Amino acid sequence: MNYWAYPFVRYALIVGVLIALCSSLLGVILVLKRFSYIGDGLSHVAFGAMAIAAVVGLTDQMVLTLPITILCAILLLWTGQNAKIKGDAAIAMISVGALAFGYLLMNLFPTSSNIAGDVCSSLFGSMKILTLTKTEVILCIVLSIIVVIAFIALYNRFFAVTFDESFAKAVGTKTTLLNFVIATIIAVIIVLAMNLVGSLLVSALVIFPALSAMRIFKSFKSVTIFSAILSVCCAFFGIVLSILCDTPVGSTIVITDIAAFGVCWVVGRIKGN
Amino acid sequence: MEQLICKNLKLGYEDITLAEDLSFSVEAGDYLCIVGENGAGKSTLMRTLLRLQKPLGGTIEYHDDLTASSIGYLPQQTLVQKDFPASVYEVVLSGCQNSMGFHLFYSKEAKERARKNMERLGISGLAKKCYRDLSGGQQQRVLLARALCATEKMLLLDEPVAGLDPLVTTEMYSLIDKLNDEGITVIMISHDIACSVKYAKHVLHIGNEFFFGTVDDYRKSPAGNKYLGEGCHHHHG
Repeated sequence: MNYWAYPFVRYALIVGVLIALCSSLLGVILVLKRFSYIGDGLSHVAFGAMAIAAVVGLTDQMVLTLPITILCAILLLWTGQNAKIKGDAAIAMISVGALAFGYLLMNLFPTSSNIAGDVCSSLFGSMKILTLTKTEVILCIVLSIIVVIAFIALYNRFFAVTFDESFAKAVGTKTTLLNFVIATIIAVIIVLAMNLVGSLLVSALVIFPALSAMRIFKSFKSVTIFSAILSVCCAFFGIVLSILCDTPVGSTIVITDIAAFGVCWVVGRIKGN
Repeated sequence: MEQLICKNLKLGYEDITLAEDLSFSVEAGDYLCIVGENGAGKSTLMRTLLRLQKPLGGTIEYHDDLTASSIGYLPQQTLVQKDFPASVYEVVLSGCQNSMGFHLFYSKEAKERARKNMERLGISGLAKKCYRDLSGGQQQRVLLARALCATEKMLLLDEPVAGLDPLVTTEMYSLIDKLNDEGITVIMISHDIACSVKYAKHVLHIGNEFFFGTVDDYRKSPAGNKYLGEGCHHHHG
C-alpha cells in the first residue's frame, strides 16, 4: 500500500483518528446526560456560521465558526436546565434555524459557481479524501491534545456531574462550570469534525461509539475506554476504506461505526443471556 | 449541640411561595422526619438546606463544623440513572468528591472510605456489579453508601423508600435507624407518615398545618391525630 507516501493521506488519517478519539470521549457523557441531540444541533449552527464566514470572505473560517458554536453550546446546555423553552425544543429551533439561514446566505451571496457542491460538501463532508493544510493539521493536533488532557483531568468530576448533578452540586462540586466546560469541548470537537464528516453526520461520531460500548460494558471507565478505542479503529478503517473504494470519507466512517454498533449489539445480547 | 438552625424560612420559586415562616432546629444525633402533603415544599426545603436553591427569606445557620457541602444527600432517583453504565464502586466513590479539593483524582483515604461504607451497608459483594442491574433496594443502599462517603455528621434523605416493596422498606428503615444509632444526624422526607414516625425522634410537619416537636407531642397534636390515623402500611412485623 503506497498511499501512505502521500502527505494528504497521512494528514487525513491523523486528523480523522484524533477527532474520532475526542468525539467518542465526550460522546459517552452526552449520551448519558441525554444530550445526544446537542451534537446534531450544534453542527447545524456551525454550518450556518460557516456560511457567514464564507460570505464575509474570511480565509480562516474557524475564527468565526468556533466562537459562535461555543456560544450556542453554552446557551443550549444552559437553557436545557432552566428555561421556559425546554432543551429538546430549543435544540430543534436553533439547529433548523441555523441550517435554513446558512443555506439562504450561501444562495444570496454565492462565493463560487458551484453552490450545490459547496452545500453538499459542508453537509456531508468531502466527496473524496480530505485535503488539509499543514496548519489545519497542527491546529487539530493541538486542540485534540487539549481536549484529551481536559477529559482525563476532569474525568472524576465529569462522572459525578453526569451520574447525579443534584448530588454533585449539593456536596459543593462546581456543576455549572463543568457544564460550561463540557459545552465548550463539544463545540470544539464539532467544528473540528465538520471538515471530516460534514455537519449532518457529525453526531454519528459522537453517539455511535458510546452507544456501542454501552451494549457490552458495565462500568463508566470501561465504557469510556472501549468507546475511544472503537471510535479510533472505525475512523481509521473508514478512511482507508474510502480511499480504497473511492467513496465519500464521512459517510464511509459513519457506516463503519454503524457496523460496529451492530456487532456490539449482538455481542451484548449473547453476553446478556 | 445544635447543628442546624432555621429561622423564619420562606421557600418557593420566584413568585410562588410554597411554605412560610418555618423555624426549627436540628441537634447532633437527631432523627427528624419531614412530612406534609404533596406540594407542601418538602423537597424544596431539603434542596434549600443543601443550598441547591436560595430561600426566599429567613436564615439557615450551620453549626458544629457542618457546612452545606458536608451533608450526605440521598436524592430521589432520576431517569438518567436507571440505565447508567457505572459500577457500584464508581458510584460510591463519587460520594468522596467533596474531599477532592483541587486534586484531580481520588486519594487512598477516599478509596478506603468508599470500601468501608460499602461494607457498612453490606454491598461489598456488589462492588463490580453494574448499578442499573441492581434491584431497587440495592440501588438505594448504593446511593446511601455514596451519601455516607460525603459525611460523618448528617444525612438528608429524600423519600428513601419510594418504590420499594414492604420487606425491603422495613430493611431500609432499620438500616437508617442503625446509622442514626451510630451518631449520624438523619433528616428524612417521607410520604409514609405513620411508618416513618416510628423511627424518628422529631417531626416537622409542613403544608396546611405546621408542627415541629417530638414524636410524642406530634401524636397528641391535631395534625398528628389526623395523619397518623391512617396507620402504617408497610410495617408488618
